[in-house]
Amino acid sequence: MNPAVRRSLRFVPLLLLPLVPLVDHNNSHIDFLANAGAFILLALGLNIVVGFAGLLDLGYAAFFAIGSYSYAMLASQQFGIHVPFWVMLFAASGIAAIFGILLGAPTLRLRGDYLAIVTLGFGEIVPQTFLNLSQYTNGPNGINSLDSPSLFGHRFGFSATPYFYVMLGLIVIGVLLASNLQNSRLGRAWMAIREDELAARHMGINTTAAKLSAFALGASFSGLAGVAYAAKLDLVSPDQFQFNVSVLVLSMLVLGGMGNIPGVIVGSFALSFINSFLLPQSTNLVHSIGLTWIDFTDYRFMLYGVILVAMMLFRPEGLIPSRQRRAELREALTDPGISAQEQTEYQGAAR
Amino acid sequence: MALLEVADLDAQYGRIRALSGVSLTVDEGEIVTLIGANGAGKTTTLRSISGLLRPSRGTIRFAGDGLLKLTPDGVVRRGVGHSPEGRRVFARMSVRENLELGAYTRASRSEIAEDFERVLTTFPRLRERLVQKAGTLSGGEQQMLAIGRTLMSRPRLLMLDEPSLGLSPILVQTIFGVIREINARGTTILLIEQNARQALSIATRGYVLEVGKIVYADSAANLMASEAVRAAYLGG
Repeated sequence: MNPAVRRSLRFVPLLLLPLVPLVDHNNSHIDFLANAGAFILLALGLNIVVGFAGLLDLGYAAFFAIGSYSYAMLASQQFGIHVPFWVMLFAASGIAAIFGILLGAPTLRLRGDYLAIVTLGFGEIVPQTFLNLSQYTNGPNGINSLDSPSLFGHRFGFSATPYFYVMLGLIVIGVLLASNLQNSRLGRAWMAIREDELAARHMGINTTAAKLSAFALGASFSGLAGVAYAAKLDLVSPDQFQFNVSVLVLSMLVLGGMGNIPGVIVGSFALSFINSFLLPQSTNLVHSIGLTWIDFTDYRFMLYGVILVAMMLFRPEGLIPSRQRRAELREALTDPGISAQEQTEYQGAAR
Repeated sequence: MALLEVADLDAQYGRIRALSGVSLTVDEGEIVTLIGANGAGKTTTLRSISGLLRPSRGTIRFAGDGLLKLTPDGVVRRGVGHSPEGRRVFARMSVRENLELGAYTRASRSEIAEDFERVLTTFPRLRERLVQKAGTLSGGEQQMLAIGRTLMSRPRLLMLDEPSLGLSPILVQTIFGVIREINARGTTILLIEQNARQALSIATRGYVLEVGKIVYADSAANLMASEAVRAAYLGG
């Protein structure tokens, strides 16, 4: 069989995903899946910045906040503005992209650690700004009673099922967009910048434009995620966008495999599963047998820590790594050195 | 009219003056070499031409157009290829991917395919290693790849920064042979070298740079014969 066909066959089970709500009527399961969907979108977006272009962004939650607050302010009683949900998906991804450029522009000359520190700062500033602009955002109370989306006159209400389908749809769009970008001219520019920015400039790559595009496109994904997540939760507040969200999304990339789209999806689903399903469910289980003093969700960050350390030790390239990333982390260790080759070269030239 | 015309170039890194009043010209079809010791300003000159560094004063014209206002990608599009100091191949990409990135600024697939074939004919070693990661190549092969990659932009002017650096004497011969060959096929070359003897042996003209100033400018043969140049750069 043609390898391309065989590869696409592996994704056939994914076609069953839309059937899940028809089979599983437990609303909490669907709710979990819809939330996990938002994080998959975030991870896909951050992967463009960190995985494709190699720009370490520690403040990605800022764009998630901007997307969510856009919806909260433009589709609620807050200002009496009621832009439809579907319009807001586009609008908020545009707004997030603009902020991606605004926050990306001052960092253009920074690399590595310095870039990480500045983006970390932005990640702190943005939720803080929403907190302090209390006349518009209600400060720490946040904005609630957001407009419920509707489709063909059918309002979503509080059921998780419609959001499940929205997330699924957005992820499909996100995956198509990200994989097309990866294989595009821009994708090759990002890869070159990730490998060696100066050499990329020597090749005639406009690194300024390429890096700003990475920030903008990466942020636009979190605009989508922000709108859908805010509408689903019916509430936004500054504490949803703390530093730990940025770290969580970055950990998803590390776990799954930076730069590789299936890896990113697996990584983000796995961490969401542990975070929002496994730990609460197992806590309920032990509570039901009377061990009420145990709460596994308290150990969430310890568990992330253990997972990340274990990954770094045993599989630093992630569960499903990209080819480049594997090369970077594996072949460097096993490279026999070039001295042997160099020798044969001298002999070859001398002959 | 000269293909490349650099006039009165001053450049500095912070408060440290790197170039003062550097002027040089390269005519179509020439091999011009810029020789000098470490820190004389050779690389700074090339980086100014390719837009990677903003000189504080002076003009740079290429084929009649000013280059100073252009970004590095604009300079590459105008036809100036710059093979960087220390080779800087994309180590974790294959040889093929490296060459493809060299043609980043170009659109015509058929022309790119043509140049790809030409580069592989010039450097047969690269053809054998197309799928190999560039980082696993030997130093000489990496230098060939760096030059080949720059040729993929089909430059009118090819600027080479120390192509002989860290190579065995035999490989240096090979590389210089290829440079002459590339030139014979119509590409003008501006070559920076510490290996002055080698550089002058293939160049038409040469400039000698000392602490940011051009101190000698002459035909390669005259520079080779000059007592002062021999004493300082050719080991007597």
